Amino acid sequence: MSMDELMDFDEVMDLYEPVLGLEVHVELNTASKMFCSCSTAFGAEPNSQTCPVCLGLPGALPVVNAKAVESAIRIGLALNCSIADWCRFARKNYFYPDMTKNFQTSQYDEPLCFDGSVDIEVDQQTYTIPIERAHMEEDAGKSVHRGSSTGRITGAAYSLMDYNRAGVPLIEIVTRPVMGTGAAAPEVARAYVTFLRDMIRALGVSDVRMEQGSLRCDANVSLMPKGSTTLGTRTETKNVNSLRSIAKALRYEICRQGAILARGGTVTQETRHWHEDGAYTSAGRSKEQAEDYRYFPEPDLVPVAPSRTWVDELRATIPLNPTMRRAALREAWGFTENQMRDAVAAQAVDLIEATIEAGCSPQAAAKWWMTELTRRANADGLGLDELPITGAQVAQVQELVDEGLINDKVARQVFEAVLAGDGAPRAIVESRGLAMVADTSALQEAVDAVIADNPDVAAKIRDGKVQAVGALIGAVMGRMSGKADAAKVRELILETLTEGN
Amino acid sequence: MALTHADVARLAALARIEMTDEELAHTAGQLDTILDAVAAVSQVASADVAPTSHALALTNVMRADEVKPSLPVDAVLAMAPATEDERIRVPRILQEEDE
Amino acid sequence: MTVWTRMSATDLAGLIASGEASSEEVTKAHLDRVAAVDPQVHAFLHVDAERALDAARRVDQKRAAGEPLSPLAGVPVGVKDAFTLVDTPTTAGSKILEGWRPPYTATVVQRLLDADMVVIGKTNMDEFAMGSSTENSAYGPTHNPWDLDRVPGGSGGGSAAALAAFEVPVTIGSDTGGSIRQPAAVTGTVGVKPTYGSSSRYGLIAMASSLDQPGPCARTVLDAALLHQVMSGHDPRDSTSIDLPGPDVVSAARRCDVTGMRIGIVKEFGGDGYAPGVERRFAEAVETLADAGAEIVEVSCPHFPVALGAYYLIMPSEVSSNLARFDAMRYGHRVGDDGTRSVEQVMRLSRGAGLGAETKRRIILGTYALSSGYYDAYYGSAQKVRTLIIQDFTAAFEKVDVLVSPTTPTTAFRLGERVDDPMAMYKADLCTIPSNLAGNAAASFPAGLAPEDGLPVGVQVMAPPMRDDLLYQVGAVLEASLQARWGGPLLDQISQEGVR
Repeated sequence: MSMDELMDFDEVMDLYEPVLGLEVHVELNTASKMFCSCSTAFGAEPNSQTCPVCLGLPGALPVVNAKAVESAIRIGLALNCSIADWCRFARKNYFYPDMTKNFQTSQYDEPLCFDGSVDIEVDQQTYTIPIERAHMEEDAGKSVHRGSSTGRITGAAYSLMDYNRAGVPLIEIVTRPVMGTGAAAPEVARAYVTFLRDMIRALGVSDVRMEQGSLRCDANVSLMPKGSTTLGTRTETKNVNSLRSIAKALRYEICRQGAILARGGTVTQETRHWHEDGAYTSAGRSKEQAEDYRYFPEPDLVPVAPSRTWVDELRATIPLNPTMRRAALREAWGFTENQMRDAVAAQAVDLIEATIEAGCSPQAAAKWWMTELTRRANADGLGLDELPITGAQVAQVQELVDEGLINDKVARQVFEAVLAGDGAPRAIVESRGLAMVADTSALQEAVDAVIADNPDVAAKIRDGKVQAVGALIGAVMGRMSGKADAAKVRELILETLTEGN
Repeated sequence: MALTHADVARLAALARIEMTDEELAHTAGQLDTILDAVAAVSQVASADVAPTSHALALTNVMRADEVKPSLPVDAVLAMAPATEDERIRVPRILQEEDE
Repeated sequence: MTVWTRMSATDLAGLIASGEASSEEVTKAHLDRVAAVDPQVHAFLHVDAERALDAARRVDQKRAAGEPLSPLAGVPVGVKDAFTLVDTPTTAGSKILEGWRPPYTATVVQRLLDADMVVIGKTNMDEFAMGSSTENSAYGPTHNPWDLDRVPGGSGGGSAAALAAFEVPVTIGSDTGGSIRQPAAVTGTVGVKPTYGSSSRYGLIAMASSLDQPGPCARTVLDAALLHQVMSGHDPRDSTSIDLPGPDVVSAARRCDVTGMRIGIVKEFGGDGYAPGVERRFAEAVETLADAGAEIVEVSCPHFPVALGAYYLIMPSEVSSNLARFDAMRYGHRVGDDGTRSVEQVMRLSRGAGLGAETKRRIILGTYALSSGYYDAYYGSAQKVRTLIIQDFTAAFEKVDVLVSPTTPTTAFRLGERVDDPMAMYKADLCTIPSNLAGNAAASFPAGLAPEDGLPVGVQVMAPPMRDDLLYQVGAVLEASLQARWGGPLLDQISQEGVR
């Protein structure tokens, strides 16, 4: 589908330095909207969550949702931002049928949170992302388009509006130009948005689901000739709906802009749309003139002036940021870098943490989540966190192992049963008689029988070739249908043979 | 400063108001008169004066995050010039691409 | 036969409370008066007789059942069409809202209903409250009952004319630059713009949010005070609503005493452009206050002459944004949606056809004042002048308790006289605008008739924020002493020939 000429990425990197700018919109998970008391619940009947305020009816007035301000401040604090002593909302004026007032209530030159920065890690290299601002605003309604074959806006005969989303609180987080990332630029952008998602999820202020639109990213990029300090013309890519496509879209834009610049052309400052299916960007309709939003202070609202006491109280609620938290957890758990990276990649950190909190050792927790349960999740096409098992249940299984009631092999059967919804691990072990035979007489009988069956192996062991014991253990386990503790069996075989001496 | 016919046409487009050439010309003349009359404002407003956007000195007027009943869908749709499938129908949107 | 329509709201409420009159017969009398004179005055855009009579009968039942009644229970009231009333046509004088029935009621209107007042209809106004003559109403002008060829002022000409024509004893209005006070002045009635934030704007169709303020209109000072008390108070749905108890305006109106009060005459308001009759009646009013024991001083408010300019930048800026919602998508009159046109074209056509000339003018002026490259020179500068106006008031109120001036430089002008001369029209609000910019309380009271044309003149009183009580204290003294001089209420001198 793409008709753009592209330059090889590595060649672009030889000539140019990419400069990133990321604008991320986060829909807060408050119960009610930013300026009215309508529900924000997702998926309701069209236009059933609207009122005079969010419909922009004549005479209606906004009142700020205190929880949204609180969430905005907490996001700002987690981004190491300064929190304004006093700031106002502003009206951003432009006409669009999804905006009921034909202005968006937003913030302009007085954002609530400003001048922050966060460190993110890509391939063991740390990059500092400068945050310009995080401000409060409201979302717009949703439209569906009719009368075109594709259901798209282009070529549609008319559109249908649902204003349930109009007025849902949004936080817009804007970076300053991010420089010095070189060829890592696409991955840095992806890592930054991943960081935001994890951090905001940890704060509990948003569902941050890109696929549902509660986390949206506009990716700006420009190219600067190596050695130059003059910023190039940037493009803004919208419709980037997954973490993966952030990196892909940026890589595409870098290659496209590189090709233009290399043949002496100029990049047009424009909005581009990412097409996930064809993996390319396309230009938006060129505007006859630049938008003039005519921002001015929102006269229907009074300034927000968070007290220092309030800000300090909120500061105390900020969890460690994900990078720091991972480092702290790795330290506490005694994981290697690789182990930790694998756990992060598998999105297992929270699950392992919950398992450890329930009393399991870090290594055992990691072992179960990263092997057996990962295998199960992959087989079922699920994410680890979607498996119907909790950290506490995994810890209980390990507890049974530690008690010597089951071994690792039986533990796998127990996981199977828990995932099938058969109940708690201990109850499963009891009801199915999976507990290992602790009765030494039965075990001794088996050991004696195996030794009698394998006199030559027994002789080797008696001669000091202790490693040969493995063959006998296997045979005993076979006789016991696996319901024996291998360590115990080994001990008993050696004891028996020594006694016989 | 005199506003041209084209200036007023640009402003009318920005404000989404259809105006005839005659209206544009007439409005341009009137706006000039008004702008002349208000010119004293920028002379009085010296750099050392702080702007006031609101006479009221209130801050931090907020409400608790509580859901209250919305309007019935029927009442919302009843106001609209055109509806379809519980939604408000609007003419085609000229836009860049799918959002 | 008792002429209910000539009585004050206070007296009517007293008779209804005592059972000497029923709200139903009082309401009926006013509806009859509306039917008789409104074809000439055109103060009302919508009258709902059935609903009014139902409400009146409910009040009578309440009284019969011995339930407690509020001080204005059973009294008919007119509501400026800028306020929403559920399921009742509400147009704000604009074509674009023709046929719109709001699904909710404005807070101040709800307070009237909660106080068992009987809303008989919606009064005419300049479109979206923009004008000083009510000639900008899309539904035709209102006529001044003193002279039907004259304007009743604006934007709330309907609310003022309805009082002067004895169609209703009290009405409510909204004041952005003088829309309550200026019509009051030119119709010989009382109009009060309360302190900004003391009466709720929720449900008032916004013109300029930082300036708009609902307020009472009446024929007597005490009626205005009682209505003021009913309609004002904190509203959690208006972020700019003050969460403090308001001053006791009713007691102030009853007190009728200005002994020792320091009253400042604004030096800047007078002279060139002021009609001689206006200056003469104003001087008499001041004399009256001095005779009543007030101390009169002259005060300079050097920036007041620039207030008009600042207002004509701030107000249109806010207007351009507030009126953007009238795009005929979710409600309102849609034009040109024939299936071929884009949403942008249909919005343009609907707004082009649905909005009047003055509204368009102000939207375009405001769009310009806020636009990139001009913001600082226009909107920014105007906000600085606003600071200077507030400073002028603050300095003045350190010296005096209240300020006084003529309400408007001239008496009512002729219909059509200023329609195509915006600056001449705007100058009608010269004296009233500073109080909107600064947010303080202000009112207009009748000061007599100008000798040259026999038309009413108003005197404006301005008080510090949240001292609305002072307005009523001064107003009551003016009313009592001037009525002693005239031998009765000013409105008794109205020629009833014009309005039959």
